Amino acid sequence: MQFTLKPGRGTRQVPFACAMLAVMFAAISVACKKNDDPGVKAGDAAATPIQWKKPAHFPDPVYDLSRNPLTREGVELGRFLFYDGILSRTNQIGCGTCHQQEAAFTHHGHELSHGVDDLLGTRNSPSIQNLAWNPSFFWDGGVHDLDLVPFNPVENPVEMDETVKNVIIKLQNTPLATAKMRVDYPLMFKKAFGDKQITSERMMKALSQFMLSLVSAESRYDYYRLGDQSALTVEEQRGMAIFRSKCGSCHAGELFTDYSFRNNGLIPSGADDQGRFGITANPADRYKFKVPSLRNVGLTAPYMHDGRYHSLQEVLDHYSDSIHPSATLDSALNRPGQKPGISLTATEKQSIIAFLATLSDGHFIRNKQFSDPGVGTNF
Amino acid sequence: MLAAVVGMLMLASCESEAQGPVPSTGDKGALTIEFDNIVGDKNLVLGGGASTNGAGEDFVITKFNYFVSNIKLLRADGTSYVVPQDSSYFLIMENKKESQFVRLKNIPAGTYTGLEFMLGVDSLRNTMPIERRTGVLDPGGSMMEDGMYWAWNSGYIFLKMEGTSSKGNPVNSKFYYHIGLFGGYTTRTVNNTRIVKLGFGELKADVTTSKTPEVHLFADVQKVFKGPGINLSIGQYNSVMSQQPQVTAQIADNYTQMFSVDHIH
Repeated sequence: MQFTLKPGRGTRQVPFACAMLAVMFAAISVACKKNDDPGVKAGDAAATPIQWKKPAHFPDPVYDLSRNPLTREGVELGRFLFYDGILSRTNQIGCGTCHQQEAAFTHHGHELSHGVDDLLGTRNSPSIQNLAWNPSFFWDGGVHDLDLVPFNPVENPVEMDETVKNVIIKLQNTPLATAKMRVDYPLMFKKAFGDKQITSERMMKALSQFMLSLVSAESRYDYYRLGDQSALTVEEQRGMAIFRSKCGSCHAGELFTDYSFRNNGLIPSGADDQGRFGITANPADRYKFKVPSLRNVGLTAPYMHDGRYHSLQEVLDHYSDSIHPSATLDSALNRPGQKPGISLTATEKQSIIAFLATLSDGHFIRNKQFSDPGVGTNF
Repeated sequence: MLAAVVGMLMLASCESEAQGPVPSTGDKGALTIEFDNIVGDKNLVLGGGASTNGAGEDFVITKFNYFVSNIKLLRADGTSYVVPQDSSYFLIMENKKESQFVRLKNIPAGTYTGLEFMLGVDSLRNTMPIERRTGVLDPGGSMMEDGMYWAWNSGYIFLKMEGTSSKGNPVNSKFYYHIGLFGGYTTRTVNNTRIVKLGFGELKADVTTSKTPEVHLFADVQKVFKGPGINLSIGQYNSVMSQQPQVTAQIADNYTQMFSVDHIH
């Protein structure tokens, strides 16, 4: 049956429709006493449920946790899978290679990341944090479901250059005597999902469980936000006010992004990456990229989709002085009677940078539960 | 519209349930649809002899895969049998003979005079969670080698045709047509799902408890090149994927017409 999108519909309606349909399906399954769904079920040796907690000041998550309830064993399996180079063709590149905890799960110091055989990608590695709130993934939003995200880096020829099908075969053949750490994946899948069967669904759900556990909400800003007035200095509070008025229309809310796609006036680079246009093929989307969250932004340099700016000072200088006008430039950057940009004095920039530093979450980058269990590589 | 879709799904979902204990009047049988790929009047042979397309260009096909889904068997009185949706996704691959036989089971006995299916994977399934993407729909499973799923622009490829031609790209003489795009998740894109409806004409398929009719379809590669959408020239388009949505839609209009019923036995 055809499911056409009617012009003029609100953009949020399709996921809503899907959610509704998912509910309908569930209801139908019960009503018809039909159970053909090979969905993940915990086995008899039930995995230990973990209560996933939403930070009090955060909005409700987008990810449907009821479809993939977190368990201790599931998150632990996901952590091993996240760091293990077995996901790549060369068995060298894990997710953690380009998403390093000390840099809030980005590739510290790398404008672009190098995958298998040191091949370079075209985009800066985005932070893996607070993904439960993401309505879409990657700089261009090409994937809409966290469970479908890992297929992308695993299969990308310059990232892991592997197939999920082959990863599953490799996982089934563990423990390997030659491995850096003799991980028994079939046993870990059994502990997490009830039996030793390894499927792409289980692999992706375990990875999602680990990534969903990566919540960053304990920065100094958060303490301030939750009532501790002393958590921010006067200078930082001044920076927050300037930030809210000059940057907050896009970097909105407690996640510091509205998850929209915008052209923020970067001069197209040699790769001529056109961002969102590559997904929608709509000329109005040329050079638009997702507004990134600014949580931990002090730890995630370099900046922009191609890592072209190495410091927050350069980023703010871009917004005040270097906006490249083009047909799809975001209207928020228009200044009546002036060239496009955001009016910021040198002092205001310093205050904003001081405020942004308060979004760094030391607990998040040091939490051992998020760390490499010893299977990873870190280049 | 949503309500209508839900209604149809409920119908399909519960219809499958009716296949439990067979009621006295509800005899069940089976029906097979063979997708036999051809090039004009010749059988398709991957890497075989060269043919000439509607634009007068030589070509040899090296890969030809497509999804068939949401199958409906039509009766003369206008009613139909809808194959339960979860059991109604098939990936036809020219290099895998068995994949070309779609074997439908638990079909209500009776006489069928036509069939309808989608070429591609319906838009809704393209948005479903991973637990509803099993079998040929597994994004990491059986499709990997032939890659009928775009991981970076999440969605299924509906039809993939590749080959060589003297008019192919200058580097390796190849041409690539990967046609997908289901309409978009939050932003509207081209929707290249297509419904194919085929009447059996003078023929009919009698499904009984003991007799499994086989509907032998032809799918003519020549019609991918030439049809109501576009007279496709390899020289002009040696690669069409997600970045040329209007051309993909024209090619989809072409291949919607590539099927014909050859015989039923």
